[in-house]
Amino acid sequence: MGAMTIATTGLVLEATGISKTYGAVVALKSASLAVRPGEVHALMGANGAGKSTLVKILTGAVRPDGGSIAVRGRQRTVHSPAEARHGGLVSVYQDPAIIPDLDIRANLRLTETRLEPFRHWLAEFGLADLDLSSLARRLPLASLRIIDLARALAIEPDVLMLDEMTAALPANLTERVLEVIGGMRGGDRSVVFISHRMSEIGSVCDRATVLREGETVGVVDVTAGSEERIVDLMLGQIVEQVIPQAEHAAARDETLPPRMSVQGLSQGTRLHDVSFDVHPGEVLGVVALEGQGQDELFQILSGARRPSSGQIVVDGTSVSFRHPADAIRAGLVYVAADRAEALLMQRSVRENIALPFIARIGRWGLIDLHREGRTVDEAVSRLQIDARAGNEVRRLSGGNQQKVTIARWVAGGVHTMLCFDPTRGIDIRTKQQIYVLLRELAEAGAAVLLYTSELKEVQLVCDRAIVIFGGQVVAEIDRADADEATLLHAAYHLQSGAALPQELAATAVEATGGEEPAAATHEPEVPA
Amino acid sequence: MTALAVTTRRHNPDLAEWARRDSWTIGLMVLLALLLGFTKLIQPNYGAFGIQGLGISIMPLAFAAVAQAIVVIAGGIDLSIGSMMALTSVVAATQMEGQSGTFGVAVVAGVLLLGIALGALNGALVVATRVPDIIVTLATSFVWAGLALLVTAAPGGAAAPWLMSLTTGAFLSDWLPKAAIVLVVIVAAIWIPLSRSRLGVSLYAVGSDQLAAFRSGVAIGRTKVIAYAIAGLFGGLAGLSLTASTGIGTPVPGPYTLQSVAAVVLGGVSLAGGRGGVFGPLVAVIVLQLIQNDTTFLGIDPNYALVVQGVILVGVLILGSLLESRRAG
Repeated sequence: MGAMTIATTGLVLEATGISKTYGAVVALKSASLAVRPGEVHALMGANGAGKSTLVKILTGAVRPDGGSIAVRGRQRTVHSPAEARHGGLVSVYQDPAIIPDLDIRANLRLTETRLEPFRHWLAEFGLADLDLSSLARRLPLASLRIIDLARALAIEPDVLMLDEMTAALPANLTERVLEVIGGMRGGDRSVVFISHRMSEIGSVCDRATVLREGETVGVVDVTAGSEERIVDLMLGQIVEQVIPQAEHAAARDETLPPRMSVQGLSQGTRLHDVSFDVHPGEVLGVVALEGQGQDELFQILSGARRPSSGQIVVDGTSVSFRHPADAIRAGLVYVAADRAEALLMQRSVRENIALPFIARIGRWGLIDLHREGRTVDEAVSRLQIDARAGNEVRRLSGGNQQKVTIARWVAGGVHTMLCFDPTRGIDIRTKQQIYVLLRELAEAGAAVLLYTSELKEVQLVCDRAIVIFGGQVVAEIDRADADEATLLHAAYHLQSGAALPQELAATAVEATGGEEPAAATHEPEVPA
Repeated sequence: MTALAVTTRRHNPDLAEWARRDSWTIGLMVLLALLLGFTKLIQPNYGAFGIQGLGISIMPLAFAAVAQAIVVIAGGIDLSIGSMMALTSVVAATQMEGQSGTFGVAVVAGVLLLGIALGALNGALVVATRVPDIIVTLATSFVWAGLALLVTAAPGGAAAPWLMSLTTGAFLSDWLPKAAIVLVVIVAAIWIPLSRSRLGVSLYAVGSDQLAAFRSGVAIGRTKVIAYAIAGLFGGLAGLSLTASTGIGTPVPGPYTLQSVAAVVLGGVSLAGGRGGVFGPLVAVIVLQLIQNDTTFLGIDPNYALVVQGVILVGVLILGSLLESRRAG
């Protein structure tokens, strides 16, 4: 379609030895990616393998520490999305890069996109009669995603990168997008495709590059049956157990009534009829790919969001939360992956730990400083918090910050703890301390619900795990069977061949509120 | 659930779109018309002379509100506008005093450049230090105010006669005050081309969604600096109009900073950035000035008048956001 005269034998995109660290966290060690002209190339990897970081580097949103990027044989430095665009690299994300307060025409001008090809692609997606003067915020999110994609196509990049772009599209549009991408195969331009859905990879991709722990570990030709090979590569050899296997004593007692029982919980289009029980003394794992409804589940349980239907029963009593304070009163306490969500960063360790405790008992009375001090000291020593920089929590390491968020609940006595990926971006030693602590809490009779993106944590910490896919519980796996391979297969909903059941595929995809995918433990990417 | 709702074209898309998008400004103009009616009711001989007085009295705040609107649209806020006006005003008055008219033209140009420089400095500090806008501009407001007092400790200086005559009296008809014409011509000459340029689009983009703007290829830092620099230009114009309307320079900042924020909010610009324009705030300035005139005329205790103004401001905003949310829902 374009007037490119470069020989088609060379690679369109070649990235080699890309590395990036964020403080102590290594996001990419040595990633490489080679894309041939006219191919649709899948970029695969488990959560945290570095896919998103690599895409951000290729589109200029993040600067790499090392490595080189060549487009059609020419070395490129991409320091901003505008430079990447001029160099022929354009990316479409799950949340569209469309300015809500501008109309569509102004959005096109912002990226210097020509109108005729844009209209052509819109028509391809069945949006031919879109009014370009409509304000973006008044259009449905699915339309914006398509507009973002049509705009990217209209720019005619050498390499179009789709970063989980289909994850939140309605099924019919996903199909249309896959058709259009498939139609680009054999041409002069290429597509890098990231998706959590094996069926999409199988139907549209020629080859797949697999990342694991920040490194490229293999390139696979996508054929029938290559899914297993890809999953194997993503897993690597099962990592040595990092802590001596705790004796999972029969702390969990099925004869006791459940501490918390979730019954038929639904939330808009994101969560469908989710039911499970957590017993006292049990750590229940939750496993899911990104954006399968686990965020909504934890928000509902912690009182930050209301379900559209279903009920939560705590200790035999049905509860409904209007505010996180209600959840806390009912004994449901929440530990978030993002410490900044939970802590008062400018305040001291002491105040942060005492805050929920004060909010509960000291509402009208004076704060009993002596008692507060004792409780806080106990919690600090129990969690081995390094509180030398304790005057301001923000000066603590990420691991110590996470310990503070846990300590604040431990200090008050835990009935039910909801942990959402609590070890994300934390060093290995602190991780182990957190594992041990969660087990201790369970053995002391607490119920723990643990969502984790690190599958090996399930066998280390949990008694059993439920797997969520497309907003539904699709599997329940006992600890003994919950090795990484089994969990990953279940999370991809792979057990019955590669294809997704149609109704699941449809429900897996409905629009979210345009939140940033939760992958990043990293600093914000906007440099301003 | 999979159907895509697409806005359909209307019979008269331009007019319908304008009415939909600028509904806030339209509502504000209705409020202005009601206020004018009320003014005529309580002052039966309110006429061309009153309009001319209104034209002069709104000018400084009007320019300040435009300056504030541009920064707020780009997602910032400028608390140094009042001090910037004082500084540019005293520089203009002291330099023009006893000089020829042509030298006065050079002074005007110099003062506008000074305004641009002050604004660009605000923007550069915000971008380079990553200190929040509100802190940076609060700090620079003290700096500008101090500099103004260093230029002249007491009100003084003089405005060039041509500058004063530019803003007094009427043009063509008694009902068209020169000050209002100068104001509208200058604002339109800068804002209309700006808002249609890629830079103007970038201003809204940065204020609306910084991440999406960055991914769309907008240079965030540069856009912010330019927004503040343009605000500085309007701040300089506001300072000049202070000198022109009073004939001297006053080194103590007036209440313009907070009034400009009030006018911007009343004018339909979202403090969260990305939404609104400059004509809404202009109408809002007239509304605020008329309310003040009327409370003065009715002989209301100035202290009560302030209370009344505050209540009206909050009331209009509550009503407006209620109507907005009803329309959106």
